[in-house]
Amino acid sequence: MANTAHVHAADAVGETRRDFLQYTTIAMAGVGGVMMVWPLINSLNPAADTLALSTTDVNISGIGEGQRITVVWRGKPVFIAHRTAAEIDAANKVNVSELRDPQPDSARVKKGKEAFLIVEGSCTHFGCIPQGMKTTEPRGEFGGWFCPCHGSVYDTSGRIRKGPAPENLHIPPYAFTSDTTVRIG
Amino acid sequence: MSTEKSVWRKAYEWHEARLPIVTWLDHSLGTKYPVPRNLNYWWNFGSLAMFMLAVMIFSGIVLAMHYTPHATMAFDSVERIMRDVNNGWMIRYMHMNGASFFFIVVYIHILRGMYYGSYKAPREVLWWIGLLIYLAMMATAFLGYVLPWGQMSFWGATVITNFFSAIPGVGDSIVTLLWGGFGVDNPTLNRFFSLHYLLPFVIIGLVFLHIWALHVPGANNPLGIDAAPSDKIPFFPYYVMKDVFGLAVFVVFYFVVVFWFPNSMGEAVNYVTANPLQTPEHIVPEWYYLPFYAILRSIPNKLLGIILMFGSILILFALPWLDTSRVRSGNFRPVFRVFFAIWIVDVLILGYVGMKPAEGIIPTIGMIGTFWYFLHFAVILPVLGWLETPKPLPASISQAVLKPAE
Amino acid sequence: MKKIFLAAAAALALTTGANAAEEVHIPKETWTFNGVLGHFDKQQIQRGFQVYKDVCANCHSLKYVAFRHLGALGYSEAQIRSLAATYQVDDGPNDEGDMFKRPGRASDHIPKPYANDALARAGNGGALPPDLSLITKAREGGPDYIYHLLIGYEDAPAGVEMSPGLNYNKYFPGHQIAMTKQITDGVVTYADGAPNDAAHVAKDVTAFLHWAAEPNLEARHATGLRVVLYALIFAVLAFFAKRRLWKDIPH
Repeated sequence: MANTAHVHAADAVGETRRDFLQYTTIAMAGVGGVMMVWPLINSLNPAADTLALSTTDVNISGIGEGQRITVVWRGKPVFIAHRTAAEIDAANKVNVSELRDPQPDSARVKKGKEAFLIVEGSCTHFGCIPQGMKTTEPRGEFGGWFCPCHGSVYDTSGRIRKGPAPENLHIPPYAFTSDTTVRIG
Repeated sequence: MSTEKSVWRKAYEWHEARLPIVTWLDHSLGTKYPVPRNLNYWWNFGSLAMFMLAVMIFSGIVLAMHYTPHATMAFDSVERIMRDVNNGWMIRYMHMNGASFFFIVVYIHILRGMYYGSYKAPREVLWWIGLLIYLAMMATAFLGYVLPWGQMSFWGATVITNFFSAIPGVGDSIVTLLWGGFGVDNPTLNRFFSLHYLLPFVIIGLVFLHIWALHVPGANNPLGIDAAPSDKIPFFPYYVMKDVFGLAVFVVFYFVVVFWFPNSMGEAVNYVTANPLQTPEHIVPEWYYLPFYAILRSIPNKLLGIILMFGSILILFALPWLDTSRVRSGNFRPVFRVFFAIWIVDVLILGYVGMKPAEGIIPTIGMIGTFWYFLHFAVILPVLGWLETPKPLPASISQAVLKPAE
Repeated sequence: MKKIFLAAAAALALTTGANAAEEVHIPKETWTFNGVLGHFDKQQIQRGFQVYKDVCANCHSLKYVAFRHLGALGYSEAQIRSLAATYQVDDGPNDEGDMFKRPGRASDHIPKPYANDALARAGNGGALPPDLSLITKAREGGPDYIYHLLIGYEDAPAGVEMSPGLNYNKYFPGHQIAMTKQITDGVVTYADGAPNDAAHVAKDVTAFLHWAAEPNLEARHATGLRVVLYALIFAVLAFFAKRRLWKDIPH
């Protein structure tokens, strides 16, 4: 019994190899399968309502000099720091070419609004929230932020200075819609 | 010819010596699985059922990633899938109509088995496992229908869970246990979601057993006679290609419904959010339950109605012994063919009765239909086996296949 | 076996035919969204949106439709933003802990006319005006039913006892509906000069509501056509491949 079956199978497979028709059919089945799987995978991308909720308006008039506040944008923290003159000075004095992720402070703030630093509150190492929003929290040796997870240290411009993180704290897209309000996203 | 083995061949043999999965597949659904050469297209529906099971599981897993099983959020989350999730409407409609198509395919598969006597010795256990798959499917479909939390979801769940209240003594306690509250509510929805996700994997397990039980005696065939080894051909490539063709035709029907008539098999009122204070005017189960629902409603006694409804499926477990004929295939049983057709009509009429409000002549038709349903299995089939004279059977498949039928 | 199925199907058709007369017959209308490549007429559903906004929205919510969805009607993003800004939306709490109103944004859903169902009932003589986002899918008869319901108001036939506060409607189940006739000739004036008699207005708003219920209908039809064509070609190929493979196997 097994023998008969085997002989038949061998014949058939031999024929199939040479058969363009069979190949095309198999190829079409494969492509069809992939086409059925793609919508399933694509559905995992952000949905239309998620994408639509991507702006946050913040009133910054209440942030005193030297204060830092956290606002929520896309469900994650954004740091807004109203920097003191000393902090801005410290950020400008750095030799940019020596930085791991070289960027002058002027490239990280809006012109005319240099006092306000707005960065995503997510360490560029593995995404923990750096400490330093309150004066009681550790800010690291450069007076910016300190990530407690793996010890990354950021300066008053949110640039990476020490520790494992590869990049400066990211700047979200934002614009000042008036003197006192900023729209993030 | 060189006897040097390629590195791939060596790696393959190394692995097969440790876990012979390719050999196992080859024996299960490949070149080492001999199948009678004369199967007709009614035999395609087993592989189609497996395809639909896969579609349901894959689409379901993705839907579960977007769905929220909470009484106040379930309906909204389904609407979000329909409106905002990328391709969400397509996945949801494929799942929703997939249930119906899964049942269509399985019903045809069951009817094929009943007509060609595939439940008879030595395939009784194969038949039983198939019925268990069917029962698990019914449970899964019911649980899934509750999840969108529309009016029909809610009231369907209320009615079906109340079935158990018919059990004397402990009925009410069981219903409370099922609900996890004083009625169908958020705890019920949560556990239904959990079980709806679990049961398909139970079905996969049963499908493995079903195929295992199929391989012991091998497939039946339209002639119903045992196939000689010379009358068998390997499953791969012959039946694989035939199943692929059948699948291609089947998906055309499936996609036409999904893309043009996605709501044709559902109830409009299920697009209204569940309201525990208002029952819809007509409570109708999904079409695949209708004949059983009709049996339930036709009996004016709660407990007896429940017993007969479950009995109408449980009696199928005894079918291998109720059918006393030694001939398997209906093709050689002229009287059986007539009664089989009458039985199908009876089930369809019961389905119609289940769809209609129980008014006027409908309950009477339902009662007659129920009576005939049980008469068919309990009396007609056993008696027919003794009284009927079957047509002469061919000596072998090749004899029947090679000589043109007159 | 095939014959058995055909006979059974015929028998079922006979039984189903017998009972259809009891229900109110809803005439079938012509809609642009029916058919293999059925689509929405953007001008029509824009007009329908206007009807919803000016008439229906006084009592009926449309909670699953966000302003951003209205791009499908042919509005630009700027138009949607300014339209949304004309609505006041609940938000909060603010830093003082108070809820407040702010102008709507594109991402907001169209605000409901009543804060909750109880308030809606209180304002409508105890009847709850249903949400309209899914109405054409949530009623037997679909868009045809909604259209005829809107223009199906008549004087109650002699002998019909009307409950107080209810109105006679030919197509409403039970014929007594709490909603009064809203769609009348000239109830809205269209900017595009389209006819605004009751029948046309009802048609426009029904088409809009069907868009609201099934916003992905056009994508569904277009995808379906591609998928089915693919499957058909595949079926033909598989048929010949199968026949070729089986040519030496008598079966």
